[in-house]
Amino acid sequence: MNATKSVKQTADVSGRETRRDGWRHFRSSMRFSMYTITHPFDGFWDLAHEHKGSLLVAHTWLALFLLTRVLKLMFTSFQFMNVAVQYLNVFEEIFSLLLPFLILCVANWSLTTLFDGKGRFRDIYTAMCYALIPYVLIQLPLVFISNVLTFEEASLYTVLMSFSIVWCVFLAFVGLMEVHDYGPGRTLFFLAFTIVGACVIIFLILVFFSLLSDAYSFFASFYREASYRLN
Amino acid sequence: MRAFRKYLTILCCLLTLLSMAASAEGSLNMNHDGFSTSYTYGYDYWQDVIESPDAYRVLTVIDSLNLGLDENLEGIRMNRPQSLYVRNSSLYIVDTNNNRILQVECEKERYTLTRVIKEIQGCEISTFNHPYDVFVDADENIYVADTDNFRVVMVDKDLNYIKEFIKPTDTNFDQNLDFKPRKIVVDVAGRVYALVANINKGLVKYEADGTFSSFIGANQVTVSTFDYIWKMYFQTQAQRDASVAFVPTEYENIYIDKEGFIYATTTTFSEYDLLWDNAKPIRRINSIGNDILIKNDRYPPIGDLNWLEGDSTYFGPSKMTDITVLDNDIYIALDRVRGRMFGYDDQGVMLWAFGTRGNIEGAFNSPIAIEHMGYDLFVLDQNDSRVTVFTPTEYGSNVYAAINEYKDGRYEASADIWRKVLKQNSNYSLAFRGIGRSYLKQNQYEDAMEYFKMAHDQENYGRAFKLYRKDWIEKNIKWVFLVLIVLIVLWLIKQLRRKMQWEVIMHERNEVRKTNG
Repeated sequence: MNATKSVKQTADVSGRETRRDGWRHFRSSMRFSMYTITHPFDGFWDLAHEHKGSLLVAHTWLALFLLTRVLKLMFTSFQFMNVAVQYLNVFEEIFSLLLPFLILCVANWSLTTLFDGKGRFRDIYTAMCYALIPYVLIQLPLVFISNVLTFEEASLYTVLMSFSIVWCVFLAFVGLMEVHDYGPGRTLFFLAFTIVGACVIIFLILVFFSLLSDAYSFFASFYREASYRLN
Repeated sequence: MRAFRKYLTILCCLLTLLSMAASAEGSLNMNHDGFSTSYTYGYDYWQDVIESPDAYRVLTVIDSLNLGLDENLEGIRMNRPQSLYVRNSSLYIVDTNNNRILQVECEKERYTLTRVIKEIQGCEISTFNHPYDVFVDADENIYVADTDNFRVVMVDKDLNYIKEFIKPTDTNFDQNLDFKPRKIVVDVAGRVYALVANINKGLVKYEADGTFSSFIGANQVTVSTFDYIWKMYFQTQAQRDASVAFVPTEYENIYIDKEGFIYATTTTFSEYDLLWDNAKPIRRINSIGNDILIKNDRYPPIGDLNWLEGDSTYFGPSKMTDITVLDNDIYIALDRVRGRMFGYDDQGVMLWAFGTRGNIEGAFNSPIAIEHMGYDLFVLDQNDSRVTVFTPTEYGSNVYAAINEYKDGRYEASADIWRKVLKQNSNYSLAFRGIGRSYLKQNQYEDAMEYFKMAHDQENYGRAFKLYRKDWIEKNIKWVFLVLIVLIVLWLIKQLRRKMQWEVIMHERNEVRKTNG
């Protein structure tokens, strides 16, 4: 009786310990992701080759990125962004960002894995998610700042906005370069082909679904015809 | 077998009927192009059609019968009339194919034919040959664009010949062309501006004494970069000669406002040019021929914003066949494609659009001219040979009154009328803007912001918000400072604590070192 209790207790303690460990790990990974955006060359190298990246942190940033996008659409001052609220669909907005993002990651992986890119899929995904950090860090405060700026001070807003985008693109570029251990020219080349690849993937998906619906309608009409005959 | 054939025939008939019904459904819907669902409508910020209460209603219809021109009354019916003109309380109808001009007196909603102008005195050619337009100046001198007599003739009010304006002998004018004046306007100084068929150099301008002065307001030739490169570098000389030359387009109609500016409409453009406002179907031309029409709205004044593609009598963008300018600078353009009228204020904001094609009252077969008397509108239909008289409804009068009050600087009164308008049409963004402006004048910034937001007026919203922000900071400056001070103190305390902790650690280390050493 006593023994089982003590075992249970130790299990409890160790569970708490691992949870605390997990939290600590998450925090240090988070700190590492912040280090990455200011030191992209070191950061992304360590991310892929020292396994310092964390999938959980990557998920978090991706979620924050989507959240920022939605908050931006909903709460940016009307002076800077005039959204047709009556047509706004949050899920549509989220998926129109999420799907291209994932398709680009998949396309990049499927290309670079054939042309001796060193990155695994999780490395590519993590690097791309980390590259979104400046967007969150700058645009999330900008949502609030936009509500205290006037129309005449719009230049500040636009400058910060474009700065965040440029930073993101730069990070994505460096990230892919370091993860795959490519040179800049090669990265650029594969970046272009990634877009082509993404188009091919989208095409295949569309073909797949149209074939699926054709097949479905074929079997449905086959069944209907057969049921008429049999009656 | 016979039964089978019978069924087949019935089936065929049914199918034909069904397809006919389907196509008829399309044709019965008068608004299948232009996307409108009601007689009067407007567009919101997002280019969506917003149904609106009627701004104008049909007061009466003037046709040959009630002017006493019917065959039974030993008269001649109007035949393809082409133009209208209003001076004081007289309406002039140009009855083109009958070579005459009808003068109709308007008094207390009654319209009586007072004079048929057929012949003039003191001139070699004393009759008209297909006159297309008429203009009457303040002294009631009548100018007639006597098209197939190749002249613009000026007579006094008793129809005595004064002078005529004929084909310029200037070398600028192509002498091989017939001089066919289609539309004329005359400014206060007696200068005549004529729109001449087959002339694309602009309006022909005459001095008051009848001598040719110049062409003004020629349409700019617009060539896209792609077209230019294609023509210059990828076509042979033969191809270039065979293809259509880049020529400026002709105007469709002209109107002179009380300040002497000429409003002109054009209907020859490609529909893609409309969207970026390269086509400029409505223009206001100053004395040196530049377009000075004010366009301060999100969408330029092009009539319908949505249409089905195509170029015919039933599809495609609005084609403004005539325009008239009210005394408060509101201009109303007449679209011949869908028989609609589009009213714009002096900032280029659409007030309303109404009208449709058809044979009922308030609908048109082939509208050709529009004129105004006060706020009443006259619209001439050339196929039906009748003039429809429109008068503003209560809603329409309210809109006009609010605009006029605002123009006169009585913002309070204007806002009160706009509130009435909002009760009649709660989607009217001009009303929101008007009320917002009056709140802004009264220093009620928050209310102003709310209304400007509803009107999608970013600029005025920014103005109100700036003042609101200034007020807010002035009111809450002590709290702002308090929060700042508290934050600084907290930060200092934290620094101090950290420093003390550090000192304790260092002290302990020193102790340890001492005991060890």
